Amino acid sequence: MAKILDARGLSCPQPVILAVQAAGESEFPFEVLVDFVVARDNVRRVMESSGHEVQVIEEGDVFRLIVGGTITTP
Amino acid sequence: MSENMTANPTPFFASRRGIIVAGAVIGLLAAVLQKLGNPPNMGLCMACFYRDIAGALGLHRAPPVQYIRPEIIGLVFGAVIAAFLNREFRPRTGSAPVVRFLLGMFAMIGALAFLGCPWRVVIRLAGGDLNAVVGLAGLVAGVALGVHFLRSGYSLGRAYKTYPAVGWIMPALMAGLLLLLVLRPVFNEKVGGPIFFSSKGPGAMHAPLLLSLGIGLVIGLLAQRTRFCTMGSFRDVILMRDYHLLTGVAALVVAALVANLILGQVKFGITGQPVAHSSHVWNFLGMVLSGLAFALAGGCPGRQLILAGEGDGDATVFVLGMFMGAGFAHNFMLAATPDKAGLVGGLSTAGMVAVVLGLVVCLTFGFALRERD
Repeated sequence: MAKILDARGLSCPQPVILAVQAAGESEFPFEVLVDFVVARDNVRRVMESSGHEVQVIEEGDVFRLIVGGTITTP
Repeated sequence: MSENMTANPTPFFASRRGIIVAGAVIGLLAAVLQKLGNPPNMGLCMACFYRDIAGALGLHRAPPVQYIRPEIIGLVFGAVIAAFLNREFRPRTGSAPVVRFLLGMFAMIGALAFLGCPWRVVIRLAGGDLNAVVGLAGLVAGVALGVHFLRSGYSLGRAYKTYPAVGWIMPALMAGLLLLLVLRPVFNEKVGGPIFFSSKGPGAMHAPLLLSLGIGLVIGLLAQRTRFCTMGSFRDVILMRDYHLLTGVAALVVAALVANLILGQVKFGITGQPVAHSSHVWNFLGMVLSGLAFALAGGCPGRQLILAGEGDGDATVFVLGMFMGAGFAHNFMLAATPDKAGLVGGLSTAGMVAVVLGLVVCLTFGFALRERD
């Protein structure tokens, strides 16, 4: 079970900080939930620039960002 | 629930090239606005323009700085249009609004101690005003303090989806301002009002209404698409070595400098710079306060305005706090006095007390509002 970070409703840069901290703990893959396009783009840009693959899944108002690997969706 | 994978290629405005183009266009338009009549080294300044609007509404009665700046109205309209076209208009609120109101107030008091928001810091730099170097240093120091708090778990908490009507509050306020600007109603023949416009001073200097409005609109569109943010540019570098936004700000400076050189608007120096003072300590501390408040609130005044246009009720509260701060700053004589004919301007004692008080309040928020230790 991958770690899930719930960053919904948090304003930038908090979602990115959470993602960077999780990446620092090297438990890949992990998932970041955001509900804001800016947060989605920022988390993706920062994670990708530090060499982690990011997969984005849009579910209604929520974006699931899967960092550093693939999670099969239920 | 519908589920779809979004494609990965970066859209233009989210790319490095996009942010550089946006920064350069904003810098160029700032220089052009000055040429068209806006005050020197103030083609664009969010804090100054909020202050002028606060004055026009009679929230302060400093005669030289009262005008309803159409650029601000245009910025919000541009942000609304861009947000709608891209399905990014998302009404939300609930993340510590009262804290954001106070942060807005003190951000304004700090900005008026320096005489400019972060946008004007870089625009003053591009006009040759070397006091802006001190302001910039203060801004970076303030943002660095904010980053320290963010790293230690500082958070204003979550915002939640809300009713569409809440998202429309800022655009509606701007429509109201536009009406006042165009109709110029007079309720009281003797003393004037409800709106007040400067007859001299910076408030009397402005580009033609439609051009200001149109340029504001273009900047609003660009800033919404690219998430352009001056405070964020320094924060992202300090926090995570992310230079994305900073390249945009750098492009703004270069473009504004080149345009100013072509238009003959550059005058290098420290003393006697337009609408500026050379009291270095307070230039520095004013921007420390502003930078810290912006970092704690998550955006510079331009960015907050764009967010408000996207339906962010908390950013709207921040902007309203800035209006309130402008009222206090002038009514309580906290705003700096510019250098005049060999005299160094700067802050009154009350102004110095207000900056220190603002720092104490912001630091208290930084330490107290933490989700974890």
